[in-house]
Amino acid sequence: MAGLDVANTRYRENPFKRNWLVTASWLVLLIYLLYSFNSMGLTWERFSHGLDIADKLMDRAFPPNFGRWELLLSGLAESLEIAVIASVVGIFLSLFFGLFAARNMMPNWITVPMRAFIAVCRTFHPVIIAILFVKSVGFGALAGILTLIVASIGFIAKLFAEAIEEISLKQVEAIRATGAGFVSVTLFSVMPQVFSRFIGFSMYQLDSNLRNSTMVGIVGAGGLGGTLFSAFQRFDYDFVAAILITIIALIMLGELLSNLVRRIFK
Amino acid sequence: MTSAQANLETAPFLEIKGLKKEYTQGNPILKGIDISINQPGIVAIIGPSGTGKSTLLRCINRLVDPTAGQIMLDQADMGKAKGQQLRNLRRHVGMVFQEYNLVERLTVIENVLTGRLGYMSAWQAWRRKFSQKDINTAFELLDSVGLTEHASKRADSLSGGQRQRVGIARAVMQDPHILLADEPTSSLDPKTAVEIMELLERFADDRNIPALVNMHDVVLAKRFAKRMIGMSDGIVVYDGSPEGITDDHLKQIYGGESWLV
Repeated sequence: MAGLDVANTRYRENPFKRNWLVTASWLVLLIYLLYSFNSMGLTWERFSHGLDIADKLMDRAFPPNFGRWELLLSGLAESLEIAVIASVVGIFLSLFFGLFAARNMMPNWITVPMRAFIAVCRTFHPVIIAILFVKSVGFGALAGILTLIVASIGFIAKLFAEAIEEISLKQVEAIRATGAGFVSVTLFSVMPQVFSRFIGFSMYQLDSNLRNSTMVGIVGAGGLGGTLFSAFQRFDYDFVAAILITIIALIMLGELLSNLVRRIFK
Repeated sequence: MTSAQANLETAPFLEIKGLKKEYTQGNPILKGIDISINQPGIVAIIGPSGTGKSTLLRCINRLVDPTAGQIMLDQADMGKAKGQQLRNLRRHVGMVFQEYNLVERLTVIENVLTGRLGYMSAWQAWRRKFSQKDINTAFELLDSVGLTEHASKRADSLSGGQRQRVGIARAVMQDPHILLADEPTSSLDPKTAVEIMELLERFADDRNIPALVNMHDVVLAKRFAKRMIGMSDGIVVYDGSPEGITDDHLKQIYGGESWLV
């Protein structure tokens, strides 16, 4: 072990030495956390008082009251319709917007404005978009549908564009060499490479739209959210519980459906 | 095909005049190429890497736009064609690639059929509406390259040699008046390489069309070529029979001599 002895005589830096910048950052975060708790008056007493209120709410919420099931079902049906229409239209538009935003397929003068448009669609939370649409097209499902179309474009058009930017251009070149036009080249060399990922993104967006379709009603854009909001305001907590359980069932159903679709298109 | 027969042709298969290409200005890759292809059969283009062999082939079917020069094909200037005219000319130029460039997620037969896309409208392509004649031709071609039993397999499940056979079938499916092959054997083992060259030779002979083949393997090129073109530094330095090429020519083309044995 002579070699080791030689090494021991020389000073070697510990590769895992403490980084003072990181340590200081953690310390700052900890201090800010304590300060925030303090400034908002979040004490243990406040928390246990909150638990009492929650206990009363639970008492009134259970058992859930499905008595007004007709109202519940019509709200659910509207939410489902909003989600499906918005998903189909949004995904269809995103196919084109994604293609136009892909920098390996289109020149800059198309991709730059397209990317800006997609970014704007993604800028605002769906609640804000929903309020804007309720104000501009009036109360009801149309506002909800438009909201979720915009939200869908904001997310999956970007994901589509990125998927297209990652394809192998060799396959595209080969199809172009056959004399095929732009549409045929896209159909036969771009789409086969991205199709299964598109299905995945689309299912994710359907799932997301199902969830959001129950929310847009809170601001008056149609669907189960409106029913939920008025039940809250009238302190019908047992009906609120029934609505929440229904929403859970809806999302579960969406999950099952998307798994099924994914399996079909694998 | 004898030269007497070739003389009967009113125009050569392909006539390239003064072809220049610069990717960046002032840095030409092709410095004025003049080639006239008058006879069918394999024409091997040899030369070191980076000398513009690929660029030359890609200029012919305009995957790369030439900077200057004329490329006469079917009595039209391929170099200046645009839009629909370019695509109509392109479909008569079959191209075979070094890395096969098959659409991996399509099946073998679908890949062969993509050779017909230049003859179809976008609407027909969208509906996958290939004519029965094309479908029959595709299966016959697949049969002639020996891959009938692989027709419905996905292209990415094939071996390299099999993929290149599909690549050739796709090019021939275009009903080409000329074949271009960009180092079609460089990714393959020696035995498969010979088989691929035999296949190219067979299609060129059967259809009485020329096949321009970029190659690195001088011995393989001499074995199959009816004519050899040696390129070095963006110009043609040898153009003639394979028998006529000497060690001196090879030294001029590749530089140095230590690699010659």
